[in-house]
Amino acid sequence: MPDRGPAKASRAKASPAKAGPAGASEPVPRARLDVRKTYKLFIGGVFPRSESGRSYPVRTPGGDLLAYAAQASRKDARDAVVAARRAVSGWSGATAYNRGQVLYRVAEMLEGRAGQFAAEVAAAEGLTAMAARARVAAAIDRWVWYAGWPDKLAQVAGAVNPVAGPYVNFSLPEPVGVVAVLAPAASSLLGLVSVLAPVIATGNAAVVAASQDRPLPAATLAEVLATSDVPAGVVNLLTGYQAELAPVLAGHQDVDAIDLAGAAPASAADLERLAAGNLKRVLRAQRDSAGPDAAGAAGTEPDWAASPGTSRMLAFTEIKTVWHPAGI
Amino acid sequence: MTSAAGTSDAALRQLLHGLPGVDEVGARERVAALATRSIKKDAKMAALDLAIAMIDLTTLEGADTPGKVRALCAKARRPEPRDPAVPPVAAVCVYPDLVGTAKSELAGSTVAVASVATAFPSGRSSLPVKLADVQDAIRAGADEIDMVIDRGAFLSGRYGQVFAEITAVRQACGSARLKVILETGELATLDNVARASWLAMLAGADFIKTSTGKVTPAATPPVALVMLGAVRDYERAAGRQVGVKVAGGIRTAKDAIRYLVLVNETAGPRWLSPEMFRIGASSLLNDLLMQRSKQRTGQYAGANYFSLD
Amino acid sequence: MAGTPQLADPAWAYAPAPESAGIVSIAPEYGLFIDGQFRPAAAGGQLATINPATEEPLARVAEAAQADVDAAVTAATVAFERVWRPMPGAERAKYLYRIARIVQERAREFAVLESLDNGKPIRESRDVDVPLAAAHFFYYAGWADKLEHAGLGPQPRPLGVAGQIIPWNFPLLMAAWKLAPALAAGNTCVLKPAETTPLTALLLAEVCQQAGLPPGVVNVLTGAGATGAALVAHPGVRKIAFTGSTDVGRQIAAAVAGTSTRLTLELGGKAANIVFDDAPMDQAVEGIVNGIFFNQGHVCCAGSRLLVQESVLDEVTDRLRTRLAALRVGDPLDKNTDIGAINSREQLTKICELSDAGEAEGAQRWSPACQLPQRGFWFAPTIFTGVSQSHRIAREEIFGPVLSVLTFRTPDEAVAKANNTPYGLSAGVWTDKGSRVLWLAQRLRAGVVWANTFNKFDPASPFGGYRESGYGREGGRHGLAAYLDA
Repeated sequence: MPDRGPAKASRAKASPAKAGPAGASEPVPRARLDVRKTYKLFIGGVFPRSESGRSYPVRTPGGDLLAYAAQASRKDARDAVVAARRAVSGWSGATAYNRGQVLYRVAEMLEGRAGQFAAEVAAAEGLTAMAARARVAAAIDRWVWYAGWPDKLAQVAGAVNPVAGPYVNFSLPEPVGVVAVLAPAASSLLGLVSVLAPVIATGNAAVVAASQDRPLPAATLAEVLATSDVPAGVVNLLTGYQAELAPVLAGHQDVDAIDLAGAAPASAADLERLAAGNLKRVLRAQRDSAGPDAAGAAGTEPDWAASPGTSRMLAFTEIKTVWHPAGI
Repeated sequence: MTSAAGTSDAALRQLLHGLPGVDEVGARERVAALATRSIKKDAKMAALDLAIAMIDLTTLEGADTPGKVRALCAKARRPEPRDPAVPPVAAVCVYPDLVGTAKSELAGSTVAVASVATAFPSGRSSLPVKLADVQDAIRAGADEIDMVIDRGAFLSGRYGQVFAEITAVRQACGSARLKVILETGELATLDNVARASWLAMLAGADFIKTSTGKVTPAATPPVALVMLGAVRDYERAAGRQVGVKVAGGIRTAKDAIRYLVLVNETAGPRWLSPEMFRIGASSLLNDLLMQRSKQRTGQYAGANYFSLD
Repeated sequence: MAGTPQLADPAWAYAPAPESAGIVSIAPEYGLFIDGQFRPAAAGGQLATINPATEEPLARVAEAAQADVDAAVTAATVAFERVWRPMPGAERAKYLYRIARIVQERAREFAVLESLDNGKPIRESRDVDVPLAAAHFFYYAGWADKLEHAGLGPQPRPLGVAGQIIPWNFPLLMAAWKLAPALAAGNTCVLKPAETTPLTALLLAEVCQQAGLPPGVVNVLTGAGATGAALVAHPGVRKIAFTGSTDVGRQIAAAVAGTSTRLTLELGGKAANIVFDDAPMDQAVEGIVNGIFFNQGHVCCAGSRLLVQESVLDEVTDRLRTRLAALRVGDPLDKNTDIGAINSREQLTKICELSDAGEAEGAQRWSPACQLPQRGFWFAPTIFTGVSQSHRIAREEIFGPVLSVLTFRTPDEAVAKANNTPYGLSAGVWTDKGSRVLWLAQRLRAGVVWANTFNKFDPASPFGGYRESGYGREGGRHGLAAYLDA
């Protein structure tokens, strides 16, 4: 059940009974009190609060308070990168089949929580229940789509190259390593899934900065990941202010690539300049004409429902080419 | 098998590098297939008892004292006070300066006293220091010597030096049996394990041993597979049967039985005795006793029913 | 040492470790699976299937006749037009993922049933057949909504109804190899399992029901040769996929001549397993053993011809004999069994006949001492040395645990001898030298080359033969081509 927030709970308390004849006190009828969720970060497979001890309010588009989310600091970002780096060799060393199985398991867990996600997405994005359910279904189906890629990408993007000599020469796509992802600002689940799944399907580890204003579905996604056999550190999730976190990730020398999907347009160029410090691979935000997820001004987000193709996966791979002579 | 001229670095390199290579993936697959063997009932009981009898019960800590060694020896000669049918272990294994204590505690029993030596565990000392280490242990009464090879020399190709050191130690041992520790975790590749095995056997080892237990990884099934293949092939070539000791990281009865299966199906049943196969361990003994108890009573045992040391 | 325990039997005999057959419940009889339901054959025909390790009957299955084939093809056609072809690939994918997951969940049931019906050791059905079958469904599930990326054009289209006839050596796995890519590509299927091994295909049909697969998408027709022939001849079938003997493959190819029916064939082999003097010796011996004795040698790609470099002939054969002595032949349900039963009396007769021919031709025959059970169909692992290329046992597929050992002197000669066969399914190469591996791989005329390994299968890896070993590939991206029109 979604967190009802302070406003509703106090309304519930206040209902009741009028006071009876002076002096008599009848018990005030009460609705059951929810156990409210504390939204924390997800780093190295565990859920810590921010080391800074801060949190910030998350509101619906209409301004109602939904919850407080942890406000990650630069040190949290640093720790997330460390956790991701530690996880890379195990995850990229797993067989493609194993990665596919793990990703499919995530989809199973997502499906089980579809109702919870629908409520969170509806609240976060101001959607009707039906629209939110459709969005969640699309996100799950998107995840299943990516679960089927790990054991196929090399067959599509790799090659045996017919060089002019007695050599066997082959090219393979390999993961770049640690990828920082600035999740889309408006599309709190479908957009998030669309940028995260291709990163980990290819064997990379991710540090995700969730949508600043709509982070709660991301936090719930982290819970799903934690219960789906995804090894610790493969996905790390930071919630907080983009202005604080994005530059840290963009300039971090141990991050190999960055996806600027959710970067505020005004800051994208600066982030790209920072990323140039260690020649990160940069995936620039695609600005399409307004799709169903566009928030406010036209051209802020692409149509996340459209079929993605292989470019988001290939953006985070390196092509390695090997030569070996063939002779007796 | 080797003449004086044949013990130079170059000659040994030709011989050792001429051994058939080991395909690591294939070796791991063979080990995985053998790990599916299901050992039940009387076969399991027999294996548990045999594993107990093959243990070199070990304490090799800086903090070792005579008191600790005495307790170990008491356990070694009578692992289960409630059941005299449980066999004693093969040997205890201690540092040279505690050999005397062990010797007096084990007087009258069948349990041998093995001593590490040659600047265990690193092996980083001069040959005279290493030999003095051996002589101390022998004088104190050690029945077996567990020496370490010089891994630095091996990895830098100075096979002649490794060979010469083993030969010298073999001589200093007199009638004591020599186990040569290869420290397979530092040798890294299975090809190196095969080569070091042959080098040690050519130089006179009675046992080849995987590890000091001070480095991870210690004994692993693929390493044991290669060493068991080496002793089998060496016997065929040179007519002498050399034993194998696995040491380090073997904590459960299940692990121990897996190794026995490896012995049985690689070197063969003639290596399935404490004369030819040893397990260097400490906490393994209690797990074997617990499994033994479960086999006999049908109930899972608890740790507090068995002495800590 | 006095008083040290010895193992009671110096050759330490692992106690019997039988897998319980109780997990699987076999009905006394089974119907055909048509249009999502089980029903008896229209004319009521039945066949018995037995446990080849004991000769005990397991069940009676329906024998499909022409009317049943018609009904199945009709059901498959309707399902194709109305349900399966119009369905988005992403939804087809989900059905296949479900099937994969259910096979994983019911893995033990499948493994036991396969060993009972086929005779193969439980260790193999448990560790190889069933996991690979699930993996095939999982792999191809992921292609269902990615066909435009398969390199077959921007909008590849399914063909229609696929008629698929599979052999008795890997009953469940062959069903997976056939169904998964066909369904992923959008075709519907009529599957004909082998006469002696129908049970896991029928359990798979049950799994299809459990997965909610729409009726008619998969149909299973049990029966014998006549059922298969009727399926091949049916005009409503757009595509035939056959795995089995080269002789029957030839007949099928002739039968579809002049029609528009597409055909892929996966037939016999007489693979050369080539061992050079610098091979990693212990692993090569394992590879030789695995190559010919895995699945009792009932493997089309078995390494049935050992081509060993003459300079190491004695060493290799010595090591082989030592290794064979450790092989355990016996009850397929015993977890420690390495070699199970021969699948049928008919197959056993063939193996015996060819082995006798080998002896008559002058090769030297050797088997380790083996206690073979009284009942059931059994054959001890056998090695023939002194074999020449002109011997029958070097040319004809035996399809049993019989290895023929020949020699060669140079790499060129190894290639020439390996290729000197009308078959071309697989080959093995054992050498420590990388360039030699690749040089040989380039020259061996075989659809699968295993270097320093053997009998390795993966849903992502294309499999199929040259020449009389068949045509078409199963597995991998290439495995989709057979089921699509570009």
